[in-house]
Amino acid sequence: MVMTEHEILSCLAKIIEETAGIPASKVVALDADITDDLGISSLAMVEIIVSLEDKFSVEIPDEALKDLRTIRDVVSYMQGVQHSGAGPNVQGDSASEVAAT
Amino acid sequence: VSNRPQRVVVTGLGAVTPLGDDVPSTWAALLAGKSAACTLSESWADELPVRIAAPVRTDLAAMIPPHQLRRMDRYEQLALIAARQAWQDAGAPQVEPDRLGVSIATGLGGLGSVLDASDILRKKGWRRLSPYTVHMFIPNGAAISIGIELGARAGVHAPISACASGAEAIGYGMDMIRSGRADVVVAGGAEAAILPLTFAMFAVMRALSCRNDDPERASRPFDKARDGFVLGEGAGAIVLESAEHAARRGADVLAVAAGVGYSADAYDVAKAAPDGTGLVMAIQQALANADIAPEHVVHINAHATSTLVGDASEAIAISRAIGNAGSGMIVSATKSMTGHLLGSAGAIESIAAICALRDSMAPPTINLEEPDDEIIAAGINIAAEARELRTGSWPAVALSNSSGLGGQNVTLAFMSA
Repeated sequence: MVMTEHEILSCLAKIIEETAGIPASKVVALDADITDDLGISSLAMVEIIVSLEDKFSVEIPDEALKDLRTIRDVVSYMQGVQHSGAGPNVQGDSASEVAAT
Repeated sequence: VSNRPQRVVVTGLGAVTPLGDDVPSTWAALLAGKSAACTLSESWADELPVRIAAPVRTDLAAMIPPHQLRRMDRYEQLALIAARQAWQDAGAPQVEPDRLGVSIATGLGGLGSVLDASDILRKKGWRRLSPYTVHMFIPNGAAISIGIELGARAGVHAPISACASGAEAIGYGMDMIRSGRADVVVAGGAEAAILPLTFAMFAVMRALSCRNDDPERASRPFDKARDGFVLGEGAGAIVLESAEHAARRGADVLAVAAGVGYSADAYDVAKAAPDGTGLVMAIQQALANADIAPEHVVHINAHATSTLVGDASEAIAISRAIGNAGSGMIVSATKSMTGHLLGSAGAIESIAAICALRDSMAPPTINLEEPDDEIIAAGINIAAEARELRTGSWPAVALSNSSGLGGQNVTLAFMSA
């Protein structure tokens, strides 16, 4: 199952609300800058990335982070990896199990 | 700034303890002689020789939003709540950020978080650790979080001295104001280490009470049948302020933080010096530092954890330091009710001493059924029931003693406002 842009956005908004305490209503502005507009710190961003990795069963390399400046950047990136990768992880934890071996 | 040291006053109190969600509920429970000890329901306790503790019952998640909660160890959460209470109690003063400091310590730091992180590392790999693990682990993490919330720029500190940490942090806060570095300091201690490893570490030292079938009677300082301490958790914070700053804003002064004495036994890594020499020095220095004669001491909140050597050594130390001047002085050991809050003990017990001065009432030492021979020989007056303090001579002074593993002693002297 491949998520639509809208589904990815609401999934991301939920993750950001949980990890950084920023209301989902603020996150849906696609052009919002993650650092300057939303005030998300680099450590909070690490938490967000890990949550996305778990949700989508992918690994997001550190090199990709520098290009993820706006909400739109993240949504587009996740759309891209979806098409090349494993798709959303509805079971929840398989990526973690791989990492543990 | 003149060269004369600033007089320091207490203008706010905050606490989350095994006995209550705040200072009023904790103080009421102390006066009522309630024990907070209970049997642990966690399955890990079944494999340990000790299955009793005094946990905090407060729902921390109702007080801190989830995204903030997940970035802090439990000891930091407790410290933040206590500091917020103290700050509100002081009337949320307007302070220049450069003149506001924090001195909040802990004995063990974020031990629970580091154990969790170690499990995650083993099972899921390094990328799954919280990026806040370092913050949750370090023993100055609570001071940092409180400093950020209050915008305190005069310095955030966490002086560590095992179970004397909370008291030492208050002493350090007083020193910050007296030396002119700050006008206001939020000071105290926090601990949250009701964990299998902590039980194992203290149990292997034979430091914990094994009275598993009777938790409420397990912590019995100065009693002949005492067999070790009951592990507790919690946080206490007080707002220290220069008398000048407090007067300028018309703050209610709860007590004068009159003096502090520090010493070390230089004797053993665990056992207190049996003759109490180190603690005698701390008590005498606190009085000298406050410029107060021992006759004015009406109350001592003892460190007394309910261990064999520690309690006896403290009774001797009190007797040696105060001598005959202490004939009307009442000693209380509130750990009989709260359990031993390790790095926050000195903070909670300072708050109890301040409340005792305010109400002229000493809390009881519960479970003191038959005082030990050494304690009787020391000739100190321990309150088994809540008792009225001697009044009439001014100023009235209450001391709070703290001693940490390794022979670190801190005595704080509070004077009626």
